[in-house]
Amino acid sequence: MRSFEFFEPTTLAEASRLFAQEHAQLLAGGTDLVIGMKALTETPQSVISLQKIAGLAGITTDADGGVSIGVMTRVRDVELSEEIRNGYTALAEGAAEIGSIQIRNLATLGGNIAHASPAADTVAALLALDAQVDIASADGERSVPIHALFTGPGQTILTAGEIMTRFRLPSPASGSHYIKHKIREVMDLAFIGVAAAVDMDNGTITGARIGLAAVAPTPIRATEAEELLAGKSLTDAILAEAGEAAAAACSPISDLRCSAEHRREMVDVLTRRTVREAVARAHA
Amino acid sequence: MADKKQSPKENAAEKPGKTTISRRNFLKGVGTGTVAAAVAPTVLIGAEKAAEAQMGEAITSATIQLNINAKTYEVEVEPRTTLLTVLRDGIDTRGNHVDLTGAKLICDRGECGGCTVMVDGTSVYACMMLAIDAQGKQITTVEGLAEGDTLHPVQEAFIQHDALMCGFCTPGFVVSAASLLSENKKPTLEEIKMGLSGNTCRCGTYPFIFDAVKTAARKM
Amino acid sequence: MPEKKEYKVIGTRPIRHDGVDKVTGRALYGADFHTAGLLHGRVLRSPHAHARILSIDTSRAEAYPGVKAIVTAKDLPDAADKVADLGEGAVHLKYLCDNILASDKALYKGHAIAAVAATNAHIAEEACALIDVAYEVLPPVLEVRQAMEPAAPLLHETLKTGSLGETAEEPSNVASHLQHKKGDIEAGFAEADVIIEREFVTGTVHQGYIEPHNATALYNPDGQLTVWCSTQGAFTVREQLTEILQYPISKIKVVPMEIGGGFGGKINVYVEPVAALLAKKTGKPVKVLMNRADVFEGTGPTPASFIRVKMGATKDGKLTAAQTHLAFEAGAYPGSPVGAGAMCIFAPYDIANVLIDGYDVVVNKPKSAPYRAPGATNAAFGSETVIDELAKELNIDALEFRIMNGAKEGVKRADGPVFPRIGFIESVEAAKQHPHYTSPNGKKHHGRGVASGFWFNIGLASSVSISVNPDGTINLVEGSTDIGGTRASIAMQAAEVLGIPAESVNPSVVDTNSVGYTAVTGGSRTTFATGYAAYEAAQDVKRQLIARAAKLWEVDEEDVQFADGEFSCINGKEAQLSFHDLSARLGETGGPVVGSAAVNPPGAGGAFATHIVDLEVDEDTGKVQILRYTATQDAGKAIHPSYVEGQIQGGVVQGIGWALNEEYIYNAEGTMTNASFLDYRIPTCLDLPMIDTVIVEVPNPGHPYGVRGVGEVPIVPPPAAIANAIYDAIGIRMTELPMSPDRMLKAMGKI
Repeated sequence: MRSFEFFEPTTLAEASRLFAQEHAQLLAGGTDLVIGMKALTETPQSVISLQKIAGLAGITTDADGGVSIGVMTRVRDVELSEEIRNGYTALAEGAAEIGSIQIRNLATLGGNIAHASPAADTVAALLALDAQVDIASADGERSVPIHALFTGPGQTILTAGEIMTRFRLPSPASGSHYIKHKIREVMDLAFIGVAAAVDMDNGTITGARIGLAAVAPTPIRATEAEELLAGKSLTDAILAEAGEAAAAACSPISDLRCSAEHRREMVDVLTRRTVREAVARAHA
Repeated sequence: MADKKQSPKENAAEKPGKTTISRRNFLKGVGTGTVAAAVAPTVLIGAEKAAEAQMGEAITSATIQLNINAKTYEVEVEPRTTLLTVLRDGIDTRGNHVDLTGAKLICDRGECGGCTVMVDGTSVYACMMLAIDAQGKQITTVEGLAEGDTLHPVQEAFIQHDALMCGFCTPGFVVSAASLLSENKKPTLEEIKMGLSGNTCRCGTYPFIFDAVKTAARKM
Repeated sequence: MPEKKEYKVIGTRPIRHDGVDKVTGRALYGADFHTAGLLHGRVLRSPHAHARILSIDTSRAEAYPGVKAIVTAKDLPDAADKVADLGEGAVHLKYLCDNILASDKALYKGHAIAAVAATNAHIAEEACALIDVAYEVLPPVLEVRQAMEPAAPLLHETLKTGSLGETAEEPSNVASHLQHKKGDIEAGFAEADVIIEREFVTGTVHQGYIEPHNATALYNPDGQLTVWCSTQGAFTVREQLTEILQYPISKIKVVPMEIGGGFGGKINVYVEPVAALLAKKTGKPVKVLMNRADVFEGTGPTPASFIRVKMGATKDGKLTAAQTHLAFEAGAYPGSPVGAGAMCIFAPYDIANVLIDGYDVVVNKPKSAPYRAPGATNAAFGSETVIDELAKELNIDALEFRIMNGAKEGVKRADGPVFPRIGFIESVEAAKQHPHYTSPNGKKHHGRGVASGFWFNIGLASSVSISVNPDGTINLVEGSTDIGGTRASIAMQAAEVLGIPAESVNPSVVDTNSVGYTAVTGGSRTTFATGYAAYEAAQDVKRQLIARAAKLWEVDEEDVQFADGEFSCINGKEAQLSFHDLSARLGETGGPVVGSAAVNPPGAGGAFATHIVDLEVDEDTGKVQILRYTATQDAGKAIHPSYVEGQIQGGVVQGIGWALNEEYIYNAEGTMTNASFLDYRIPTCLDLPMIDTVIVEVPNPGHPYGVRGVGEVPIVPPPAAIANAIYDAIGIRMTELPMSPDRMLKAMGKI
């Protein structure tokens, strides 16, 4: 690990100004950054800890029936939150898929997203759950839907000094589910991840959102598949169509984990499985 | 190991028993701007004032206090020093080795569980945590589980069930199991497996480890 | 010949002597060692898989503050044309030395090039980056069949194939060719009604011990070199150091620290000579640690292999002929375990006509090292799959087919030895009668498979000394590193002789100056051979104590009997003393009693295992989930049954990892792209079923208690058993390891 200077600002404003400097990096849980610095894939000159800034952690209910999750909320707390498990099951499942308990006790939801890995375990769920990301900087605050956050592997729309502060989830969908395709049951990176959230009315899917991870340079929504499902009731035929449409939306790579063909095939298979389970949960 | 070549001395140890840090003014000449007004109030209450008052200060090395196994250690660290490095190789400001080598350096990147310690009662990988981030927290290592000569029930049960072969992963498993049982007094087999899944054992002693945790749960 | 008898200590389950140290974090492993003035070493490794080293310029690194010394291959003695004797056959010294620090060529990514000693580990690492090495990059050879092609790039310009006693004219990557012949292979196949021939490929896998290699070395001014390290054999480290450093063996002391797993991979030295060179150059103690990537890229994997197996049987189920072509990757230097694979492949069966050809082939990967029954797992993946196919073809139950053809006492193996009393058929019978095998199996996509395995086990030399304490306990000094509880399993054998509890033995594993020569903890030999030495040393103590009792009672030694921990007089005189009470009276009868023994027992006795596995194949995702696993094994006599069960479970766990997902993944340049525990996935507890073990006891005639080594054979059957179960589930024969989701989907035609 290279040497770096360490900052512990107590306000977002100060953190933002520090982060606007060159070669600066934010430290949340550290489970990505510390490892990256050891591997020398991250060589920041300054590291800005968000630890001492009040108000960045916690899960709160919003007036509109949704919830807000602060960026510094530990992934383990997201995983165990009754509110998230009941209303936003896919997100609790995604959180539970990250690394191991020891990692989830350190890692934060914000860190998992800010790292902008296409394979992040919570991102498919946040896409399917239609999360909004609140972003603060010295110039003010803005909010973007999470599908607009990413521009490439490790890349986001955040500009110099911008810091994510929280994720806002609208009121719960009828049912949601996340499946991670992996070899090992724990401590594995997603070969691919698929999350689905459905709104149901009397046996009809009134709306569906599908988030896909590790199938393209950024996490993506399978919008064509979502449109196919909307207004339909669940049949094998419609699931097959949705699976194919989701697979067609991908541009996967071949890497050490598996081949592009493997990933595309799994998007088809797992889209069908997640949507089916999300619908089953909506009925439950 | 803490890299000594850059240790600035000006602030070090001027107040024994208190944390001291070496800082470098970082933001001189940078405008303070107005941030707070536009940002969500839950987050930034009071931020504007703080921004005016505080200049960012860079820590390049620090003499920090860590509470490990209910004992206070004062150690000088660089920001890059991990908690695991302090435990295994740290030297306190009086020149004594911290010498808590129970947590093992194995993968050094959070993939094996050999360096598991408890921080404020929850298990974490000491290799992933910067020592400077561990200030003000209660750190418990495998050496701190026993009370005097009385072993922790998990330790007793590991011996009783022979839940180790080479023993190298054992400290990590023992801490994870102790952490699990502090959160869940009567875990099911599935919960035991889940609770220990962040630790790997290449000797394959898992079944004996499960037996040990079940026994420890009964005794606790 | 061992008798079937009741034992007091053997077969019980006492707690281990090192338990408290290991659960409290007090046990000292190599990296935990520190001493005053310690310097930290770091090894610079080749970024190329195959390259000529044109020059190494260390001047920038030497000038870096905090750097104390830098060493390269130039600091090693000239090894040209010398032959090193490591007790297990001659080795070219140049190969041995070049694997420590490359001289003329880097032969794998991660090959050690130079090393730095500095005041701390950060500085040592930073200084490594300042060493300028000029390479001429050469095309790498990464696969055994490719390496055997006549046009393949050569790793060693001087290596010529040794084949059946002759040396070839032209250089080649094929280091050697061996052959075992029995009967008439052509006639055997002519007799057969069914012949199956298949080809198999296995990947490169790592032993995966979680403790990285480490060594600390110190030269005293008197020339005494001390090395503290993590090793399976302190004496083999001493032998390798004396050869590599060309330094007198009497001036080297190796101190084995506690060891965090080895599985065969901690027999070869890596950082030990480097630490010694740096210590000599600096005059200070130097500690060299590997990180996890160093371990994957720089130490022994077990080799990838290409295997062709052809077997024939008559329609009533008699195996008539078996033939194999085994091509094993040795890594950068000759020495793959193809010989052991050749010994094991058809050993469970009584087959009249056998032809085995084995090839040891160098490729641009780390020099291979033994891994638990080295070579046998690769080989059994081929033979046990073909056996399964033959049984199916002949419509004979797969276990029954094994019993019909099983080897027993008197059968001659193709490589020569004639079996003494062995327990293969008993292990298969145990599997056949197990409730697992008779339970229903017929759900869709569920499958059941079986496979057997053989490992020959080794004996070799071990030394033990025992001193008697006045409180009735004994101190037992041994040279076998304890990797998995052998302190206890050896202590128990001495305790049995002396009629004392296992807890009354204080076992110590000591350095090479403090005990007689003891070979490695490997080859499943420790409980067998070092246990044998403990038995003999205890007999020596017993004899001496009988003499003491005779002296005390003023009777002849023949008139003293020892049974159940009591010495008694049998000439009519009323006299009795317990071991405990006699121990307290040594001072008055002539002083201390120390018994010792050095053994080299020949009758290690082979080990056989038979496994049953149930699994489910997810036909959509290609994932295989193991549902149930049962392993039977002949242990001869289980000294400490928990440890035997633990060894069986451990072997199965590693075998499952090998079967389903472990492998080195290389890119075209020869870089391993998954050199971490995240991407080289050893199984976690959530990836495994509960593993049921059945210990079969057919006593080994070569050991006083009937012990057979147990550690290695349980890794042999799993890949084949799992492949056979996959066939049962989905009707597809998997012939390539690992059987990962990617390969499964391809085999099923899904991608």
